Amino acid sequence: MENNKISGAEAVIRCLLAEGVDLVYGYPGGAIMPVYDELYKFQDQLHHVLVRHEQGAAHAAQGYARVTGKVGVAIATSGPGATNLVTGIADAQIDSTPLVCITGQVGKHLLGSDAFQETDIIGISTPVTKWNYQVTEAHEIPEIIAKAFYIAKSGRPGPVLIDITKNAQFDTLDFDYKKCTGIRSYLPKPILNLQKVQEAADLINNAKKPFIVFGQGIILSQAEEQLKRFVEKSGIPAAWTILGLSALPTEHPLNVGMVGMHGNYGPNILTNECDVLIALGMRFDDRVTGNLATYAKQAKIIHFEIDPSEVDKNVKTDVAVLADVKESLTAIIPLIDKKSHDSWHNEFKEKYKIEFDAVINEELIPTNGKGISMGETIEMINKHSKGDAIMVSDVGQHQMFACRYAKFNSSKSNVTSGGLGTMGFALPAAIGAKMGQPNREVVAIIGDGGFQMNIQELGTIFQTQVPVKIVVLNNEFLGMVRQWQELFFDNRYASTKMINPNFVAIAEGYHIKSKRISQREDLDAAVAEMLASKDSYFLEVMVEKENNVFPMIPTGASVSDMRLS
Amino acid sequence: MENKIFTISVYSENNVGLLNRISGIFLKRHINILSLNVSESEIENVSRFIIVVNTTEKWVHNIVGQIEKQIEVIKAFYHIDEETIFLESAIFKIESSLLFDERQIQNIIKESHSEIVTVSRDFFVISKSGKRSEINDLYNKLKPYGIMQFVRSGRISVSKEKMEISTILEELK
Repeated sequence: MENNKISGAEAVIRCLLAEGVDLVYGYPGGAIMPVYDELYKFQDQLHHVLVRHEQGAAHAAQGYARVTGKVGVAIATSGPGATNLVTGIADAQIDSTPLVCITGQVGKHLLGSDAFQETDIIGISTPVTKWNYQVTEAHEIPEIIAKAFYIAKSGRPGPVLIDITKNAQFDTLDFDYKKCTGIRSYLPKPILNLQKVQEAADLINNAKKPFIVFGQGIILSQAEEQLKRFVEKSGIPAAWTILGLSALPTEHPLNVGMVGMHGNYGPNILTNECDVLIALGMRFDDRVTGNLATYAKQAKIIHFEIDPSEVDKNVKTDVAVLADVKESLTAIIPLIDKKSHDSWHNEFKEKYKIEFDAVINEELIPTNGKGISMGETIEMINKHSKGDAIMVSDVGQHQMFACRYAKFNSSKSNVTSGGLGTMGFALPAAIGAKMGQPNREVVAIIGDGGFQMNIQELGTIFQTQVPVKIVVLNNEFLGMVRQWQELFFDNRYASTKMINPNFVAIAEGYHIKSKRISQREDLDAAVAEMLASKDSYFLEVMVEKENNVFPMIPTGASVSDMRLS
Repeated sequence: MENKIFTISVYSENNVGLLNRISGIFLKRHINILSLNVSESEIENVSRFIIVVNTTEKWVHNIVGQIEKQIEVIKAFYHIDEETIFLESAIFKIESSLLFDERQIQNIIKESHSEIVTVSRDFFVISKSGKRSEINDLYNKLKPYGIMQFVRSGRISVSKEKMEISTILEELK
């Protein structure tokens, strides 16, 4: 039946629609033009956002995925278009973000000939994708795209790249789309072993000083409610990793703060005093553990984890509960004794008092004529957003301040580049976050360094009129590196001083409402004005130049050796 | 933790690019592969990789976890030498005149239980299967007489114990 035949390019669009995609980020170019031609025809059903650089497309798709739980989609052409996606793909891989990236490729007959804009994107992207595949025949498209979405979203999510040669986009096929429901060589999540759940429950019920650390696994498996019930019934102090932030409301009485290098004092110090450490959907990153040789050695370790390769990777576990954390938490809650652990909680409160007196108070209310601090800016945003905004942070000092001081009432509110630490992430990711959650306030918190790494995406904001709020905390330094130079390199500020352009003028060039402030008395009104704006808004806050983020676990030090200054 | 020789067995789909994906896992950890063999396994369309590395148990455990995580990998295992039956093959090309001029060569061939594959006017070829040490022995014995070409295959091995893959593979049959 000749008239059932459609082009490979049209099949790509029909597959995306069949997967429920209504928004894609991308940038056209020679080898992907047939797909763009179909995007033009289908523009009523599938909205394409033209970014200004393919890296922006990948990060925007990540931002979209992180706040919606859906798969983010990015499209690029071959060669440089494809390679420009790679940083975003690597970021999505290490932060377990579901992405499907579609790249054009030169025609099959030109593969390996060093054709114009030919690059081996399959080879390049292999180490940073959950799966990738090169389509060279049109008829492969439906099955491969179905697999791509299934793999990206199921189990521990991750990025998938599908490279489609130009001939496969032009050639025709009989279109028949079936969603992928399983792959014989791939088990997305281990089957829960109830014996392990019982062993974990026994350890927890007998613990005197149990301690929970929860990560992004909670958010990815939508187990926020189960986490809350588990924490409330067990009465166990719970701390978040940077990507676990917002899975439990920050103001929850059992939430004791952040673990890790610039986390809170109590959760870090007391990691080495707990008797049972319950890790929920987290992977013991080195920024969390500090020196592994002295990490929670006194404690029994229970690891709730979906990915078997994470168990015993960094920290040796006593009980591994392998499953989707929503299933394992649901199973363990009835087995847990109701407790309150009051005296143990008091230890966290005492440590918080120490941290408050040494660090937090001065950060939020600076004295001695110091300029605006990053922490007080975040606190001011809290005051006006009331903890309902999505915060998208870049990488560096401002990120640590944002994650330490931001208040969140609901999950999927903290979007940041955790594992890869990608400067330039926040501006495009905020675009994706706002498009994914148009009814929520989205505030990007960015340093003056990271802002200039994807500053071109102001153009995307201008063209799409997406009302994101952008706060640049400008200390005219690459602040985190400068802090390390001060602390560990004897104040040799090698290439960290920034001579910056007039950011307000640049934003105004894109017709984005803008303001720069440098006086504390202007902060309140400026933040209020920004958040009240119906349109996108750029706020540059000139902050104290040489402030440091504390507390801090220096690289290679133990969590119990966290420095307050 | 001390370094040891480990044999990693990987059962996988037979797809383009998987070798790259698997070798990248070693590359990322700066671990050199001592030997690599890929062939069809006992199941149609299922490939079997045999990879030999010299590393610590902690690393090999980590690597096997990462390999098994790859979408197209069905199952991966690691074993120490005592747990497997393994051998390598080698082929030696030697000048034919030596066979007659150097009587000792005939004894070496006989004692090493190697096979003469072919003899021509100019050269003859012998093959030897066995442990690496046996092949090394043969190599060292032949070397003084002059070896025109020498090539050794990667290790191939089977486990002594039944692998838990067997039931999974049954289902795939």
